[in-house]
Amino acid sequence: MINNLNILLPEIFLSLSIFSILMLGVFIKKSFNIVFNLTSLILILTIAIILNNPNNEVKIFLDSFIRDSFSNYFKILILISSLFVLNSSKNFITENNLDKFEYPIIILLSILGMFFMVSSNDLILFYLGLELQSLSLYILASIDRDNLRSSESGIKYFVLSALSSGLLLYGCSLLYGFTGSTNFDLIANQLTKENVGAVFAMVFILVGLAFKVSAVPFHMWTPDVYEGAPTSITNYFAVVPKVAGLALLIKFMLIPFSNILLEWQTILIFISIASMILGAVAAIVQKNIKRLLAYSSIGHIGYALAGVATGEISGYESSIVYISIYVIMNIGAFSCLYLLKKDGQYKENISDLSGISKKHPLLAISLLIILFSMAGVPPLGGFFAKFYIFTAVLEKEMYALAIIGLLTTVISAFYYLKIIKTIYFDDSFIILEKVKNKTAQVSIFLSCSILLTFFLYPAILSNIVSSLFAN
Amino acid sequence: MNFPILSTLIFLPLISSFFIFLSKDKKNNFSSIYISLFSSIATFLLSLFLWYSLDANTAEFQFVEEKSWINNFIKFKLGVDGISILFIVLTAFITPICIISCINSVKDRVKEFLIAILVLETFMIGVFCSLDLVIFYLFFEGGLIPMFLIIGVWGGSRRVYSAFKFFLFTLLGSVLMLVAIIVIYWLTGTTDITEIYEIKIPKEHQNLLWLAFLSSFAVKMPMWPVHTWLPDAHVEAPTAGSVILAAILLKMAGYGFLRFSIPMFPYASEFFTPLIFSLSIIAIIYTSLVALMQEDMKKLIAYSSVAHMGYVTLGIFTFTKQGIEGSIYQMISHGLISAALFLCVGVVYDRLHSRLISTYGGLVNYLPKYSLLFLIFALAALGLPGTTGFLGEFLILTGTFQKSYLAAILATLGVVLGAAYMLWLTKRVIFGVTQNPKIQTLSDVNKSEIIMLATLAFFVIFFGFYPMPLMETFSVSVNGLIDNYQLALNNR
Repeated sequence: MINNLNILLPEIFLSLSIFSILMLGVFIKKSFNIVFNLTSLILILTIAIILNNPNNEVKIFLDSFIRDSFSNYFKILILISSLFVLNSSKNFITENNLDKFEYPIIILLSILGMFFMVSSNDLILFYLGLELQSLSLYILASIDRDNLRSSESGIKYFVLSALSSGLLLYGCSLLYGFTGSTNFDLIANQLTKENVGAVFAMVFILVGLAFKVSAVPFHMWTPDVYEGAPTSITNYFAVVPKVAGLALLIKFMLIPFSNILLEWQTILIFISIASMILGAVAAIVQKNIKRLLAYSSIGHIGYALAGVATGEISGYESSIVYISIYVIMNIGAFSCLYLLKKDGQYKENISDLSGISKKHPLLAISLLIILFSMAGVPPLGGFFAKFYIFTAVLEKEMYALAIIGLLTTVISAFYYLKIIKTIYFDDSFIILEKVKNKTAQVSIFLSCSILLTFFLYPAILSNIVSSLFAN
Repeated sequence: MNFPILSTLIFLPLISSFFIFLSKDKKNNFSSIYISLFSSIATFLLSLFLWYSLDANTAEFQFVEEKSWINNFIKFKLGVDGISILFIVLTAFITPICIISCINSVKDRVKEFLIAILVLETFMIGVFCSLDLVIFYLFFEGGLIPMFLIIGVWGGSRRVYSAFKFFLFTLLGSVLMLVAIIVIYWLTGTTDITEIYEIKIPKEHQNLLWLAFLSSFAVKMPMWPVHTWLPDAHVEAPTAGSVILAAILLKMAGYGFLRFSIPMFPYASEFFTPLIFSLSIIAIIYTSLVALMQEDMKKLIAYSSVAHMGYVTLGIFTFTKQGIEGSIYQMISHGLISAALFLCVGVVYDRLHSRLISTYGGLVNYLPKYSLLFLIFALAALGLPGTTGFLGEFLILTGTFQKSYLAAILATLGVVLGAAYMLWLTKRVIFGVTQNPKIQTLSDVNKSEIIMLATLAFFVIFFGFYPMPLMETFSVSVNGLIDNYQLALNNR
């Protein structure tokens, strides 16, 4: 039993520290700064704990909790991205009066939920983790409660997400009914193609998961919530839950549903193509950067799902590489938004970027790198992400998926180019306020330099990712 | 040979552009200009050294550099042979000229402009050096970013439209090539082109793959009917942008046909020869007629570029020694001549800010030196014997006569049309009556313009009379290309 707790150390540490800083926050006045800094410290310590833990596969608690290199990779990705998202948005949070001590604590709670999601090997644990994450996200979406749009987006997200959770739970119970177990390994043994009920359950579970990663046709909440929520929250939404959602999708394909892959694939291919097309087409007319990034993230998820849809290890690897590079690009892009301040307000329209290249060349060139990378133009990092995906897709000879995917990259290149056009080609020039936000600048710098130098040694990321599937 | 001379050649401009980025001079951009000029001339000298030390008696790739890159299956592999070395030298030669030209013509954001040009040079040299399909694609596509910015930031009034059209056309063509590259990888297990030459791609896959490569090369070439981005891009781009576009970017596709399409897909290349022939003939005749009717000088030269590139594709797909050698020669010659013509337009544009033919007339009376140089390049463009323009077209037509009389006769018609539009342009711009009083006040070419144009004129005439240095360089490589092609066809 004690050994088992050792394996659970990151989760135990995280939950205990959440409770202690919650107490701290309640009993100390104006505790935001302390709680915030402690949160960063906790995130770093958790990374250290995970890195110190061995990577070998261990299942505990009646095989319901699994610790392996796969879950550890995702945990570290979640922690690092949250660390960057939180710290680069600190200025934004305090200046927009969001500096309540609950803010970082709720983020930590959602991270705890995601930890259980990526480590789950059982439907119940999986559902609990998912709900802990979702409930925290509902609160986060409406954290700016005096703002009408923030509250609206919170309610919208809550209603739709609760519905999808319901569908997911229904799927889980069907699956239990047809296979007689909640454990992933046992379900995998029980499931066969003839088990029509289980295929039904699979569809419900897929709907729930597709909602969480905002894939078409379950994407409706994304643009509204992204636009309505404060930018710092949108940043978190765009990065961290997607990572966990994709990890779950891969996990479901790897273990419980590995025997009915064909049925999964058909649906995933459709979802992937639909997301790529909608993400590319709908973003063209957007004027708000956050809304545009929402559609762009739908498109990106489409590419990541294309890798998952192959049903091969190489495809999963390419998806994980894709989502890792996606995280880097999005942290960079949102950090740029924290520097767009004019007349005492943070701006979020594309027209506010008009001609900033003249007075703010560094910000402009960073956005240029990030946007070209998102468009997938070589030699930037985003190209390699797409390259891995399409290599995996074409290995399975799914030509239609590859060609549609690549044609949508051309369409989506159009709206990225439109932003670059606004930054570089427009004659008017906007002078932004000086924002003292070192951490955002550091995040932008790191993101850009990773994207720029990725081509020197692209194997570094793919080697790590392929080691996750070594056994 | 341990020194990585090709990598140095590729990354020298990139590294110096980084230094320009760091340099700080507020008023005049002397330090940026000197750094870029120095680095581009160093690159040129290095490329000359490479040319000098290249063994022209073998068709093998030389100076090969190899490094494992992505998961050991894609290698970072560089190398040159007799065909690619000339394009590298051409690139390294044109870049300093562009940098000199921007001293006169680019007024704002000079520093960024020089960075864009140098980054572009890196990508262009990379295209001609790469011996791996993925690396090739990387450099081929990467060049879009700086060119998009050059057109969009420093271009004319319709620059946004042109820049978008340029970017999206090229990207759309190229994504299909990316699909083909990945498919080739799964078919052969490698993207190293020397290995693919050995393995030979199965016959039943060749046609589709060839078409996917064509979609990219046809846009870049540009071939009729996807040439429409070129006139727009040329017209709106600043002078240096037009020069690079015409002199080097268009050559990438011709080089791509020689390096990839023909050796990798011999059956498909043979199968689609009638298609290429028809498209080339249409391009030659149709765009020549369109060029006749242009009122904008840059547009006229742009359309003439499409016609000249029509000869190149025609020559390549004759698969004869004369045809292919003529094509390579034509590409080098067009690189010099079209660059010079765009510079000539740039010279008068800097003074009067008009590209319309009707603005000018009778320049010979007031700008004698300029008129002489313009005349030399115009005559070279129409293929006057004694200039590089003649030899390329002559060899291509000789090659074409061996394959198809009809195509050759129609293509010869294009030579006549070419003479028509070039001579008419010269008549209206250089000679004729001076209508516009402003022309009398114009100053003749200044020192830096003389340096650029006279160097180009010297090479146009020198290689027109004495083509041996170029011919000897690529002759053996071309023989090897044709031998392998014939061997592949005989083995079926």
